[in-house]
Amino acid sequence: MKKLFLVLLLADAAMLAYAPVLIVNAPYEATMGLVQKIFYFHVPSWMAMFTSAFVCGVASFFVLFTTRKTADRVGAAAAELVVVFGLIGLITGPLWARKAWGVWWQWDAKLTSALILWLIFVAYLLLRRYGGAGSEKLAAAVGLFGTANVPFVYWSVNVWRTMHPTTAVVPSLQPGMRGPFWFCALAFLGLYVVMLTLRVRLENRRAELETLYLAVED
Amino acid sequence: MTRTYRKVVWSAGATLGVMALLLALGVAQPVFAAQPPASTAAQEGFVPVKDVPAQEQLPAAPLVMAAYAVAWVAVFGYIWSVWSRLGRVERDLAEVSRRVDKGARR
Repeated sequence: MKKLFLVLLLADAAMLAYAPVLIVNAPYEATMGLVQKIFYFHVPSWMAMFTSAFVCGVASFFVLFTTRKTADRVGAAAAELVVVFGLIGLITGPLWARKAWGVWWQWDAKLTSALILWLIFVAYLLLRRYGGAGSEKLAAAVGLFGTANVPFVYWSVNVWRTMHPTTAVVPSLQPGMRGPFWFCALAFLGLYVVMLTLRVRLENRRAELETLYLAVED
Repeated sequence: MTRTYRKVVWSAGATLGVMALLLALGVAQPVFAAQPPASTAAQEGFVPVKDVPAQEQLPAAPLVMAAYAVAWVAVFGYIWSVWSRLGRVERDLAEVSRRVDKGARR
């Protein structure tokens, strides 16, 4: 298991190191020019965030309806990563929008729902941090609620009128952009797995420490 | 009509005319001032970004650099945070294990 993690870590580090070369050599988008290159990190960060929200949702389901301790640890780790990758998306988006739309932020369906999704997972973390005993069940309910929001955020661009491009952009990318994009998406998903593994390990070690403390007290 | 009477009527008419003109100019002045300046080519229709005057263009490079910097700082910052938390827990684990071993030996 440790070997597999090391291989994944090295492979992903190599991919992330090579990604800028592909991004620089990717063709310029006709109307937006250079600023469109933010796309290669912006969209993969949302992909990692949605994946993490899904993982947190599944783990939260097990926390609510079973007594599995591992699920709670995975849920907490995934929620933290939702906030990290969401933060990247929420900062890189406005930097792109400033040039493309002329404004940093627009209170439209896509952007607002994405911000709300991010805030739900911030609430999850705050609940776990300051909620006291038994807060993991309540946090799991919040996590499940957050995961249920993901499809709405994803399809909001197709349902409501918004300045944000629709979901048809990625499937219709021209070949010169498609390669670098999917390379970056894969690198981000690899990075997500590495970070999740590390974070779950932290939760496992914390649980071991807690058991040891209880043993010392007894 | 006497000559004097005509002169008076003409003078009164001229005075009223001048006053009306002055009044019209006075009222019109703020209206002229409120008018927007003559429109530029960019305001009249679509102008490609490369043709917009340099002072109105927003450079893309700093925005792209800032976006990539934010992504890297967030990722490395988070990994560092997890690593340091893990280190702290490992140290505590070693310390408690040592105490448990000592207690068991007694």
